[in-house]
Amino acid sequence: MAMLDTAINPRSEDFVARDAAMRAEVGKLNELTDAIRRGGGDKARSRHESRGKLFVRDRIDHLIDEGSPFLELSALAAHGVYDSDVPAAGLVTGIGRISGVECVIVANDATVKGGTYFPLTVKKHLRAQEVARKHRLPCVYLVDSGGAFLPRQDEVFPDRDHFGRIFYNQATLSAEGIPQIAVVMGSCTAGGAYVPAMADESIIVREQGTIFLGGPPLVKAATGETISAEDLGGADVHAKISGVADHYADNDAHALQLARRCVARLNWQKRGRLAMQPPRPPALDPAELYGIVGTDLKKPFDVREVIARIVDGSDFDEFKRYYGDTLVTGFAHIHGHPVGIVANNGVLFSESAVKGAHFIELCAQRGIPLVFLQNITGFMVGSKYEHEGIAKHGAKLVTAVACARVPKFTVLIGGSFGAGNYGMCGRAFEPNLLFMWPNARISVMGGEQAAGVLSQVKREQLERAGESWTAEQEEAFKQPTREQYEHQGHPYYASARLWDDGVIDPAQTRDVLGLSLAAAMNAEIEETRFGVFRM
Amino acid sequence: MSSTPTADQLRFDTLLVANRGEIACRVMRTARAMGLKTIAVYSDADADARHVREADEAIHIGPAAARESYLDIAKVIDAARRSGAGAIHPGYGFLSENEAFVRACEDAGIVFVGPPAASIKAMGDKSAAKARMMDAGVPLVPGYHGDDQDDALLKREADAIGYPVLLKASAGGGGKGMRVVESGSEFQAALEGCRRESRAAFNDDRMLIEKYLTQPRHVEVQVFCDRHGNGVYLFERDCSVQRRHQKVLEEAPAPGMTAALRRAMGDAAVRAAQEIGYVGAGTVEFLLDATPGASQQQDGAFYFMEMNTRLQVEHPVTEMITGQDLVEWQLRVAMNEPLPLRQDQLSIDGHSFEARLYAEDADQDFLPATGVLDRFALDLVGADLSSAQVRLDSGVATGDTVSMHYDPMLAKLITHGPDRASALASLNRALAALDVQGVITNRGFLQRLTNHPDFQAAHLDTRFIERHEESLFASRGLDQQSLASAALVALHQLSRESESDSPWDRHDGFRVNGPRQIRIALCDPREAAEAEPSSLCVVEGRHAASDQAWQLSIRGPGESRAEVSASLTELPGDAVAITLDGHRRRLQARLLGQGQQRNTIVLSSPEGEVRLCWRRIDAIDHGQHEVESTLTAPMHGTVVALLVAPGAAVSKGDALMVMEAMKMEHTLTAPADGSVEAFRYAAGDTVGQGDVLLDFTAQSADSVHDKEAL
Repeated sequence: MAMLDTAINPRSEDFVARDAAMRAEVGKLNELTDAIRRGGGDKARSRHESRGKLFVRDRIDHLIDEGSPFLELSALAAHGVYDSDVPAAGLVTGIGRISGVECVIVANDATVKGGTYFPLTVKKHLRAQEVARKHRLPCVYLVDSGGAFLPRQDEVFPDRDHFGRIFYNQATLSAEGIPQIAVVMGSCTAGGAYVPAMADESIIVREQGTIFLGGPPLVKAATGETISAEDLGGADVHAKISGVADHYADNDAHALQLARRCVARLNWQKRGRLAMQPPRPPALDPAELYGIVGTDLKKPFDVREVIARIVDGSDFDEFKRYYGDTLVTGFAHIHGHPVGIVANNGVLFSESAVKGAHFIELCAQRGIPLVFLQNITGFMVGSKYEHEGIAKHGAKLVTAVACARVPKFTVLIGGSFGAGNYGMCGRAFEPNLLFMWPNARISVMGGEQAAGVLSQVKREQLERAGESWTAEQEEAFKQPTREQYEHQGHPYYASARLWDDGVIDPAQTRDVLGLSLAAAMNAEIEETRFGVFRM
Repeated sequence: MSSTPTADQLRFDTLLVANRGEIACRVMRTARAMGLKTIAVYSDADADARHVREADEAIHIGPAAARESYLDIAKVIDAARRSGAGAIHPGYGFLSENEAFVRACEDAGIVFVGPPAASIKAMGDKSAAKARMMDAGVPLVPGYHGDDQDDALLKREADAIGYPVLLKASAGGGGKGMRVVESGSEFQAALEGCRRESRAAFNDDRMLIEKYLTQPRHVEVQVFCDRHGNGVYLFERDCSVQRRHQKVLEEAPAPGMTAALRRAMGDAAVRAAQEIGYVGAGTVEFLLDATPGASQQQDGAFYFMEMNTRLQVEHPVTEMITGQDLVEWQLRVAMNEPLPLRQDQLSIDGHSFEARLYAEDADQDFLPATGVLDRFALDLVGADLSSAQVRLDSGVATGDTVSMHYDPMLAKLITHGPDRASALASLNRALAALDVQGVITNRGFLQRLTNHPDFQAAHLDTRFIERHEESLFASRGLDQQSLASAALVALHQLSRESESDSPWDRHDGFRVNGPRQIRIALCDPREAAEAEPSSLCVVEGRHAASDQAWQLSIRGPGESRAEVSASLTELPGDAVAITLDGHRRRLQARLLGQGQQRNTIVLSSPEGEVRLCWRRIDAIDHGQHEVESTLTAPMHGTVVALLVAPGAAVSKGDALMVMEAMKMEHTLTAPADGSVEAFRYAAGDTVGQGDVLLDFTAQSADSVHDKEAL
């Protein structure tokens, strides 16, 4: 393979400035993530622990193999969305390894609003199940939730992708042979009762877990019966009388140990097959990504410098090197997995779009997973390009991306604007997982462009009415649009709304992709059938 | 050697060593150096033992039980005949002090490397020996050494001497059949126990009684006599540090000896040997009164105890300070040569220590341990020691099996230095450098001993271990430094464990947008099987991918909390450098067990050994369980006595059954209040390690209730 050269000079002023800016962004990201990891705060946590319960993240540590990675998803969910803080949307999700099997873990954090489901909690739960389906990963639910957040019932209960979908997914995932294991470590009231009830196997913790359709207050109101939660639906009831739970645990640690045994008994085999190579770290230092990319989207960089710091041995076999060179395509390995890489290196032209479609066809044909590195302002505009049919050429790329059935992973390493987002496997194109770097921005177009378009329209209106518009007035008009786009295009805004699966430190990209690829290999790589390519 | 062979020199060119283990290896080493061909003997259990591997030839002499092999005179003599051996070296133990064996050698025309039968007989009967020593003017401890063994008479004699007294098998040695009786009320029980042990060990249950000195030192003098009327002493050894009358640490010379006392004891020892016509290497054991004041008396403060008519286990310390090879002396004397040196040619050079490494668990009442030695090595490089400072006499090597059949001593670690302090410092470092895996040893206990301030200050007496029980056995506690170091070793190991190329198989604690994070749990190994041990510590290690140093958050034991910055560097051998908050220390770190079972972390440094159990995630059962309903044998052995009737109510801790293994008695106690449902074996039955011995029913809360109702 061809080892990529580097042209960067880590001592240059430009590099140093970019490096400092990106490190500051990564620092902010780590700080925010660290705060979110604390859940509902120290007070709530010690109250929780004083009841003999483990904190949600400690539960996950007990559940996964000792020292093994935890690929947390959507940690920033609900960040800044609601009136009050709902860290991680009160639900920790991710991929973790249990008894040697990669599993999706969905764990309520009872220290956050009692583990109740906000609209984004539901969305996050459903997304985790979607990841499980896509990667064919067993699901382990650590249940400790008060059910739907009642004040927002209209956004949580009725629609297709609301609370009921959790149970629809449990049934259909199980039908696909994807194991569903529930550990009841706290309340499972009303609809929540169906999580353990719908599970293939369930575990309940003595004097902690309860399962009932109606809690003691509702029972009292409805029938006048006075009964304790434990006597109504505790571990003894469900493990010894009702049979709703299959395993009886003495405490949290015991329950998680039983869950590990459940997974160990799955007779699980991965189905994905790739011609693997022994993994090698990149020859070039991933920490240099900071200084290469920086945070100013207007300052370009050669995406090959990025690829060289993500792939094994910095080896990259480029495809169509000299044709349509604003899109870089080529073969490489990440943690030993063969991948096809599609990366922006400028605005998309007809040639680059066609080249991308061709390359995706190759990978789909060969069963090679695709990695998209997005940094795209969009397709080229102007009469020359419209006349040569850039729309139909772009459509070829979009069709190829949409139809390819190999595992697809997308990382937004810079801008993600307009139709470029579609051609580079944005969220709508169902990549297995999609991550953003903290410098990335996502919107229908750039804030400056949107402000320009809107002021152009406004100017025309004013001119038709015979009014004049000073440069100052125009600037004042543009500013809110810029601010709105900057705010809404920010990765935290996007991640809070589950437009991605997480904002990640660029230096961790290789590991995140490696873990994602390895997890995706639980599923069989399907045959692709493309739609009609307009010629 | 200055001596010239005499005309009547006894010629032999082939030496059979009628022993096993380290002493067989030791004797053969010198024999080989002197140009002799070496013959080993072996039992079924020792077919591939180190002494067999190192011998020129080896003869099989029977099954594992010593009685039918190493103690079988006819078989050993036959082995010597078959191999053409002209001489037999008996080592220590086994047949070394067996008069009948010496006569059998004489009858077979084989040279016995040791004293004449008459000398062994004279010293073999402790009571008669004392009477003879008294006649020879050797000072004695007051006592009863009579033939009348009537229980009541013995009791009266003990009462007359005044308690505490020492009860001792007349035919005994090595601590078997020996007990201290603190008061008259304990006398009868002690007498019976001693007789039982004595009968089993020596087939003789006669007892003698002695005044028990409260602060005695055990100081013994090495003597040597030839057949030409020469006798010398090679100075003394202090063997005061003993456990149940078994020596643990020995040193030469004895600290605090004056020249006059040394001469007085040496002369008395030579006198004792010559009184009985002794030939060869012998040891005269004295009690030296260490009570303040007594040691000021330059003579008269020592009492003859007994004479061992053989080479002693601890002979190397004498070799180290005199520069002589005692086995060579033995062989030359056996060849009828005169002693190589006169008394005035002998002098003391520096100081030497010997530590006996036993396969036993000091923290479980010295329960003998068995198993396969996964590793047995002395890492001198890692400890920065030279071979001139350290000598390791061992009879085992990596891969050997330590069986239940023989003495559990694995090796002797001997050090030498210009003075006591430097020899002791080398001993500490050598103990730390010893890498023994697969079998539990007393190494940690030895380190606690050698690090004890009173030992370092040479405040010695035979009750040293008893007196310092608290500090020697009490858990050292999981101090923060040990915890942090052990955690670091575990984290280092985890990050190297990977079964495949998958990134999921790494154990580096990868977390998104944060430092790598691994949580491990450690506890005292004695609580390893408990779901909630009181010593439990949870250590959370975090480190940035770009950083070598770990940030450790240590929670526990109990409420203690600590934050430490820590890093580990591997050094040659097993040594690692561990830096905690900028303080770098060098120590040896080992992980015992295989794969996921690698769960015992052993940290050794000259300050001592710390063992921690790394609670691997699946190793602990967090469920709550009822009391064990069966009791199993802790090792191979024989059932001696059943102490309670089936069905009888017992309290937690009550003795239920006595079994004997490795010549020591072990008592099994009730795990809870309840009763024995049934015993599965009777007295005299042989049981294997792990066999279920009895079924136990714990008394439940309900049954208590029932009783109250009745």
